[in-house]
Amino acid sequence: MTPTLNGRIQSRIALILLVGVPVTLILGLILPRPTDATTLGDMYEVFFTALAIVLVVGIVWEFIYHALQQLRWEKDWPTLFGLITGIPEGIVAYILLDQGVFRDLGDIPLSTFLQMFIIVWIVIWLVANGPFQIFFIRWRYRGGRFV
Amino acid sequence: MSETRVTAGDISDELMAKSVWSDQDIDAHGIPRWTIPFCSVGGGLGSFTMVDTLRVAGVPTDQMLVLSDIDVPSETYEHLANNSQIPRHERLRSDSGSVLDCIWGWPGYAMREGWAKKAPYRWFQVATEPILAEYFTPQAGQVYESVGREAARINWHSMLHKGVVRTVRKRAGGDYFVLFTPEPGSHPTKRIAVQAKFVHIAVGYPGVKMLGDLQKYRTTYNDYQRVINAYEPHLHAYEEMLRRPTTVVVRGSGIVASRVLQRMIDDRDKNGAQTKIIHLFRNYPDGWQGDKITFRRPAKRGWAYQAFNYPKSAWGGQLRDTLLKLEGDERSAFIDLTGGTNTAPRKDWQEQLERGLREGFYTQTRGTVADVVPAENGRGTVTTVKTSDGHELTLDADFIIDATGLEANIEEHRVLNDLLEHGGAGKNPKGRLDVERHFEVRGTGSGAGRLYASGSITLGGYYAGVDSFLGLQYAALQIHDALADHGFCKKIGPMRSASQWWKWARNKQI
Repeated sequence: MTPTLNGRIQSRIALILLVGVPVTLILGLILPRPTDATTLGDMYEVFFTALAIVLVVGIVWEFIYHALQQLRWEKDWPTLFGLITGIPEGIVAYILLDQGVFRDLGDIPLSTFLQMFIIVWIVIWLVANGPFQIFFIRWRYRGGRFV
Repeated sequence: MSETRVTAGDISDELMAKSVWSDQDIDAHGIPRWTIPFCSVGGGLGSFTMVDTLRVAGVPTDQMLVLSDIDVPSETYEHLANNSQIPRHERLRSDSGSVLDCIWGWPGYAMREGWAKKAPYRWFQVATEPILAEYFTPQAGQVYESVGREAARINWHSMLHKGVVRTVRKRAGGDYFVLFTPEPGSHPTKRIAVQAKFVHIAVGYPGVKMLGDLQKYRTTYNDYQRVINAYEPHLHAYEEMLRRPTTVVVRGSGIVASRVLQRMIDDRDKNGAQTKIIHLFRNYPDGWQGDKITFRRPAKRGWAYQAFNYPKSAWGGQLRDTLLKLEGDERSAFIDLTGGTNTAPRKDWQEQLERGLREGFYTQTRGTVADVVPAENGRGTVTTVKTSDGHELTLDADFIIDATGLEANIEEHRVLNDLLEHGGAGKNPKGRLDVERHFEVRGTGSGAGRLYASGSITLGGYYAGVDSFLGLQYAALQIHDALADHGFCKKIGPMRSASQWWKWARNKQI
């Protein structure tokens, strides 16, 4: 991909809303719950807080990625980078979630978070690298911007 | 005063001298008038991407006409690719997502090839390029076949009219006349005038251009066998290289030079040729090109390396945005900085050249050519080179291959020259057709009529990669958006886009 800074931020918001939210809704229903007492509401509370962190903190990440991109002659962001940036983002998101920085949700089992985060991340990555363009034909020419 | 002879259905000097034609002018010459809202001139890949986009936008076939002297859109491209030693099974220098037959860019060539050939490595390659794998690039044949399939799907042949376009003139009262000469015998008159509100010009390269000294050699000695342009047919040279040991001088250090060198070294490796190659460089980049850490391109042993002819973001990212804001010479300079002569960093090419340098069958020389003359024995050429340190040396060679590229003046193309002389068109800082950001040719508006151009003839405008698959698609989309603003079609929105993609994916006729 060849994002601009503005395009990165817009794409992150659009992908999380259009892809991340529905995937998270499904995952809340199908992923195993950590305890018998965990309700669907509990699951969604944790998952959507995590998603919100990926969205908000992600904007900071985009500035970092954009700075790194300046070191590349092509001013592109290879497909693989879009996948592996999930590792630092996932770690930071879990720490913020577990520490209750934005909202205190108590102890969150790492495995529950990982299942959700990894699946959402990979689905967004897959959609961003192709199927998204089925709907938005101008997106790839505009560095990921919609407006 | 010279007498003007008017033949029924043909032009006259008097008509050609007028920049604006009225309906009566055409009628008085007995030339039939056809009326169509949209007419694309060229019929190659540029016209194809344009018409494909408009068909996807919902424009019916009876609203569009394509005037061309070729039968299938990929014909001219394939001819040039074959000459420059890219037959169907070889790979082009193009991104997986620059899918000519699919305006959505997905699934790309890599995904399709992986699927068709049961080769999941291609998926891995496209997902990890250029970090863990080299850039995926499609085989030429895959591109031609998929264009053929899409052409059939959009009913290309029902819009295609074979003939040679003579000129495009403004029409009195608005619109244009596209005057063309249909195939002999296909019509009762010699010419037909197509009245169109919107005209699109995508005629490709006006022609091949040789380096000055080589052109001089050719015309002076009438020798077209030993001094060769890489885009012209030159199989005879490779055949001779197989028959006897030969020495070849290669000029140029772009993608075509890479490909020609590969062909010669492959023939050495696989078919026992004993070709010696002297590679002559005018510029010899080695190390970084550019001194800013945020703006420098790698170069090594005379070759500047980047994956495609421009940095990737020139097609749709930061560098596209930068160029959109530049004007005049500044724009031209930026295009040169990001483009210029460069080739793809393919490992197999680099291995061949390093081996060649080691074993001595490939040598490099730097300097400018002073003179090229035939050898005294009549069996070759002698190139006199002035080296950068002031020495003069001579290079004896059986062949000289000019791989410096396809660059000719737009004036050499009759239709383009006519647009400059009569249509109000101008030239940009690179000497090509001056177009707006949405590819309308500046100065050519005719009432409500609009004239657009895409492809290599627009290089030097606000978009660098015009001469590429993705560049053609970009231009087509920009023109489509402009046409939608003029009320010719509906703008493709997300829903239409998705429903049309679904039809495309099932190869459903539209």
